[in-house]
Amino acid sequence: MLQDKDRIFTNLYGQNDWRLAGARARGDWNGTADILARGPDAIIAEMKASGLRGRGGAGFPTGVKWSFMPKKNDGRPHYLVINGDESEPGTCKDREILRHDPHKLVESALIASFAMGAHAAYIYIRGEFYNEAMHLQHAIDEAYEAGLIGKNACGSGWDFDFYIHRGAGAYICGEETALLESLEGKKGQPRMKPPFPAAMGLYGCPTTVNNVESIAVSATILRRGAAWFSGLGRPNNAGTKLMAISGHVNTPCVFEEELGVPMKDLIEKHGGGVRGGWDNLLAVIPGGCSVPMLPRDVCDTVLMDYDSLRAEGSGLGTGCMIVMDKSTDIIAAIARFSKFFKHESCGQCTPCREGTGWMMRIMERMVEGRAEIEEIDMLEQVTRQVEGHTICALGDAAAWPIQGLIRRFRPVMEERIHAYKAAHGGTRPVQVPAGLVEAAE
Amino acid sequence: MSVQPSAPEGAEPTRFEFDSESEQQIATILAKYPPERKASGVLPLLYVVQKQMGRQTGSAWIPRVAMDVVAARLEMAPIRVYEVATFYLMFNTKPIGRYHLQVCTTTSCWLRGSDDVTAACKAATGIRAFGETSADGLFTLTEVECLGACANAPILQVDDDYYEDLDGPRTEELIEALKRGERPTPGPTIDRLNSAPAGGRRVLVDDATHKPQGQG
Repeated sequence: MLQDKDRIFTNLYGQNDWRLAGARARGDWNGTADILARGPDAIIAEMKASGLRGRGGAGFPTGVKWSFMPKKNDGRPHYLVINGDESEPGTCKDREILRHDPHKLVESALIASFAMGAHAAYIYIRGEFYNEAMHLQHAIDEAYEAGLIGKNACGSGWDFDFYIHRGAGAYICGEETALLESLEGKKGQPRMKPPFPAAMGLYGCPTTVNNVESIAVSATILRRGAAWFSGLGRPNNAGTKLMAISGHVNTPCVFEEELGVPMKDLIEKHGGGVRGGWDNLLAVIPGGCSVPMLPRDVCDTVLMDYDSLRAEGSGLGTGCMIVMDKSTDIIAAIARFSKFFKHESCGQCTPCREGTGWMMRIMERMVEGRAEIEEIDMLEQVTRQVEGHTICALGDAAAWPIQGLIRRFRPVMEERIHAYKAAHGGTRPVQVPAGLVEAAE
Repeated sequence: MSVQPSAPEGAEPTRFEFDSESEQQIATILAKYPPERKASGVLPLLYVVQKQMGRQTGSAWIPRVAMDVVAARLEMAPIRVYEVATFYLMFNTKPIGRYHLQVCTTTSCWLRGSDDVTAACKAATGIRAFGETSADGLFTLTEVECLGACANAPILQVDDDYYEDLDGPRTEELIEALKRGERPTPGPTIDRLNSAPAGGRRVLVDDATHKPQGQG
């Protein structure tokens, strides 16, 4: 388990001053000019060596992503865009950076932008995080005032501007190309790739989109060295990670931990244990609602990192767990995700726009048990027809929780259907009222 | 997908003009984007409209005439502004109550009792269903998707502020306070520091860890 001396986010809970004076006391903005003096290539090499993988969910190596930016400038400006649209159900980690450690983000944004030849960075913050955006804006203003950013940032000779752009309540804008569309003043509908943002991103210019946490850790990594960071965690799953525990634990919270620690230990230590004890655990969704859930027997032993969770058919995602005890109606819990995805589909691709509605309506009937046993397979088939057939991954994200439910809890679904039939007289096919489809639209 | 509703007949004002406070904000906003990329200002300008309507009328919403004003200011076709305004959930395209109660009912909040929060909102305001405004015009109740504060579930967002770790009785108390014209401090409604575990933090306990790290 991680020791306090190796924590990056030392003001995670806002227990100390989040403004410039407090940030400086914690070591932020310490020797920033020296880091910049190493030059872009050395910075990117150090980031690659650290083994940092993207903290937003996909887990792509951050240093490698930075190296995709064109080395030669063809006249178009370069941009860094930071994804602070944190909207994945279960996920609440970047909020803590924005409101309690904003200077880590501003300093790291300067360094990352410099490394990628960008003179401007935009951060896209979900609209609901109004107060969090105000904290960050205050930190940005302080940094300009102190000469840390702006013209000749930190006396480095590099000009750097940092701007906040607030979203307005659309989960899809967390998808990087939808985010760029939104930042350009359009509906947040994802773009086809290629071209990738590194070739043609914001305003048609080379752009890198990184998660808030991926950027915010980089100043500390460069200050303390790649070897320090890669020495934490496990091979290929290096470093520390902000995680959260929500749901049926005694003390839900956000915390920073090393990767590769057993999930059970994290829930016991930080979450204060499962409500009613570990034996009362039903399932855990390990990294936001788009990763499949894990039943209790897997949770007994699984490690919290990218590769271990992948090996169990799930994923680390954002590292923010949703814990469900045995009192949970697991079908209703997943049906709520189906409603979420139906609400958040941008409407661009037919399989997702229509499929999310289909999945939601069938799931609503599954909650009641007002369905036929064969419809479980039909539902599974619908998810397969959405998955992989859309421009972005929202269709996949909508399909996976249901697939996870069927894979792990099929007997519960069957039992519900039998119970409904028994309560409504016999084994005849159930009638779906004719008005239902219209009513659900 | 979801699309925002249109305003009822008779709700539309005949004209909209930015006031001086809004004009100041607009100048700051437009300085963020390249001059030829004014359209980037559409989300922030719609927020400016919504805030100004809230200041002037007590109902923070965006009438169509204001969308036209935004379109003219940003040199965009009006339809482009309409489609943005109706795509994003946080833009109110019809009048709302003075306080906007936004209950998160997504799974993390639901597991920790968002049904009780919803029921308390209805009981305290007399609202029967999501999307309605109370008879006294004070409250509009909206069901929202994940608010991104799951470790402090369940959450009720009132306008821009998060009230966290709620239950039924504390939700009713909050709404009664709003009725009295008070604004309780946002954040957890139980004894805990932000997103630290209730009962005290288990890490970062020793302030001596807050000394500068590393070289330099």
